[in-house]
Amino acid sequence: MAKVKGTLVIDIERCKGCEICIGACPASVLSMSKLVNKKGYRYAVEVTEGCTGCVNCAIVCPDGAISVYRVKTNE
Amino acid sequence: MLTREDIIKEENLVYKRTSLLTPKALSYCPGCGHGTVHRLIMEVVEEMGIQAETIGIAPVGCSVLAYEFLEVDMQQAAHGRAPAVATGVKRVMPEKYVFTYQGDGDLAAIGTAETIHACNRGENISIFFVNNGIYGMTGGQMAPTTLPGMKASTCPYGRDVKMMGNPLKITELVAQLPGVRYVTRQAVHTPSAVRKAKKAIRIAFENQKLDKGLSFVEFVSNCNSGWKMTPVQSNVWMEENMFPFYPLGDIKLPVE
Amino acid sequence: MKELKLMKGNEAIAEAAIRAGADAYFGYPITPQSEILEYLMAEKPWEQTGMVVLQAESEVAAINMVYAAAACGKRTLTSSSSPGISLKMEGISYIAGSELPCVIVNVVRGGPGLGTIQPSQSDYFQATKGGGHGDYRMLVLAPASVQEMCDFVPLGFELAFKYRNPVMILTDGVIGQMMEKVELFEPQARLTQEEIIKNTPWATTGRTPDRERNIITSLYLDPYVQEKHVCDLRDKYIRMEAEDVRFEEIATEDAEYILVAFGSSARICQKSIDMARAKGIKVGLLRPITLFPFPSERISELADQVKGFLVVEMNLGQMVEDVRLAVNGKNKVEYFGRFGGVIPNPDEVLTALIQKIIGG
Repeated sequence: MAKVKGTLVIDIERCKGCEICIGACPASVLSMSKLVNKKGYRYAVEVTEGCTGCVNCAIVCPDGAISVYRVKTNE
Repeated sequence: MLTREDIIKEENLVYKRTSLLTPKALSYCPGCGHGTVHRLIMEVVEEMGIQAETIGIAPVGCSVLAYEFLEVDMQQAAHGRAPAVATGVKRVMPEKYVFTYQGDGDLAAIGTAETIHACNRGENISIFFVNNGIYGMTGGQMAPTTLPGMKASTCPYGRDVKMMGNPLKITELVAQLPGVRYVTRQAVHTPSAVRKAKKAIRIAFENQKLDKGLSFVEFVSNCNSGWKMTPVQSNVWMEENMFPFYPLGDIKLPVE
Repeated sequence: MKELKLMKGNEAIAEAAIRAGADAYFGYPITPQSEILEYLMAEKPWEQTGMVVLQAESEVAAINMVYAAAACGKRTLTSSSSPGISLKMEGISYIAGSELPCVIVNVVRGGPGLGTIQPSQSDYFQATKGGGHGDYRMLVLAPASVQEMCDFVPLGFELAFKYRNPVMILTDGVIGQMMEKVELFEPQARLTQEEIIKNTPWATTGRTPDRERNIITSLYLDPYVQEKHVCDLRDKYIRMEAEDVRFEEIATEDAEYILVAFGSSARICQKSIDMARAKGIKVGLLRPITLFPFPSERISELADQVKGFLVVEMNLGQMVEDVRLAVNGKNKVEYFGRFGGVIPNPDEVLTALIQKIIGG
């Protein structure tokens, strides 16, 4: 059964740690980093595997900090 | 086993920040809806391929710096005057797409007359109205759309309807005017809201091709710093308090 | 073949706007200048030249429509009268701050407040010292005839675009409402979009791939950038003073006394000069045509030749201050005026000259 696998590239310097993407992710992939960026904000990071590339997180991000990649796979 | 590096390839890219936003970091508070509305407008301008044909009008308020972020020709309007400025642009360059980007203080307080009369003339423009029930830039004062009992720096004990009257439903007001073709109220705090909001923005721009009246899109949005909440809390508070008073959805659709 | 017509001053402004190739006029009714909007609506220039004519919901909205059209590189103008001009002052400050070209006609009426609809010159300070907030000036032209009402519209556009600055035509109800013979100039074509993009590359004509986006703003949050910007504005005003001072002199060659007056007051003074000379009193007139930049240099020169100046104006004494600045203590400068809508008559001026300057 073809499966879809996705991943994110987050511009951590653009992220302001608002956490709105975390609730938007149906697979609860995102969480806040332990470290902070140059402005002192914690930033979003992928902490689990389950990303399907659905772009929910990217489209609610007020700062457009998230790029999304997606590929079909048969694993 | 597919690694992250295998997936991160140009051909697998399904979403990235539109190039019609300038590289500049947005000046808005973390989680503020302004950033999302900015991005959606520019995504629509990009998808319609009208960057060279679009002129934006920025207001005074948090989005006074909109022209630092939007990669189109823009004019800064005096507080409340954006609909008159947009009228001026559209009248002398009718072939251009012209939009205003305004907050609730700008559009529904000082700019009420300009708003009502641009709508009443049926100017062939799109008005994008971000309603967060407060004057954000100046530090959280009461706005025309501040809810009864809602606290702000100039109504620290909550808006007193006896003293200041009820919140102004400007969107329902302009919907009464024959010159207004399309009126809708959207939000940008969840993925589904964002998808609907983007469709509304697209309709508002497409309407300008038809020249059959003004398009008015309100975005009920959050102001975490003004409401003194975290971004996530502010969106919850918005759903529980703002949405009952400012219900989302289409208010006026073109009758064809 | 000269085209002559008998016209009201206000109508001359409107006709001149069409002939000067104006792209847009945004107006609002107020006595004594409503004929300008009425004339344009009756002429329907949008059918011949494509010129936009729109009645706005207020003077505030109208000046912001002017701001917008000017920011698109278009030739645009508006008109109003004193109270309406006060409403436009915020917009004018933005126009000056954003360095935009436009023409603003003020057909002055008596004030302050609702005042009267009768003619006056009591907006002199407002016009020449900026009028709105911040360090800026308007170039101010003061017509004294219906012919000049006509000629100062294309001149106003030329100077507005030369300096990228608002230009005010400061007139009054006398000249706005009276009819005189006017020689109308040949119509000029409106600028094409290509010409606008070439002439005014800063205008918001649409961000094409070949250039950066254009932003029209007067906001400079960094104080050092704002200071530099204000210095650039100042340099424009210095250049105006060097290149574009305009005035007229009548019978000043042998004058022992000089009347200084603009607009309608200057016409009254001409009669006073005849009456004075009939009595053997050698009086001349200096008529400033640009109120800013003010003809200070010439007044200073005259101060070395004459025994005194009488400034005649329909207000409480405003231009007299600029004359005193120009004379700088070298000579006697007195003022005479009627105001509140009252127009002085020539013999009052002569009496004042004798009592206040000549003495005895």
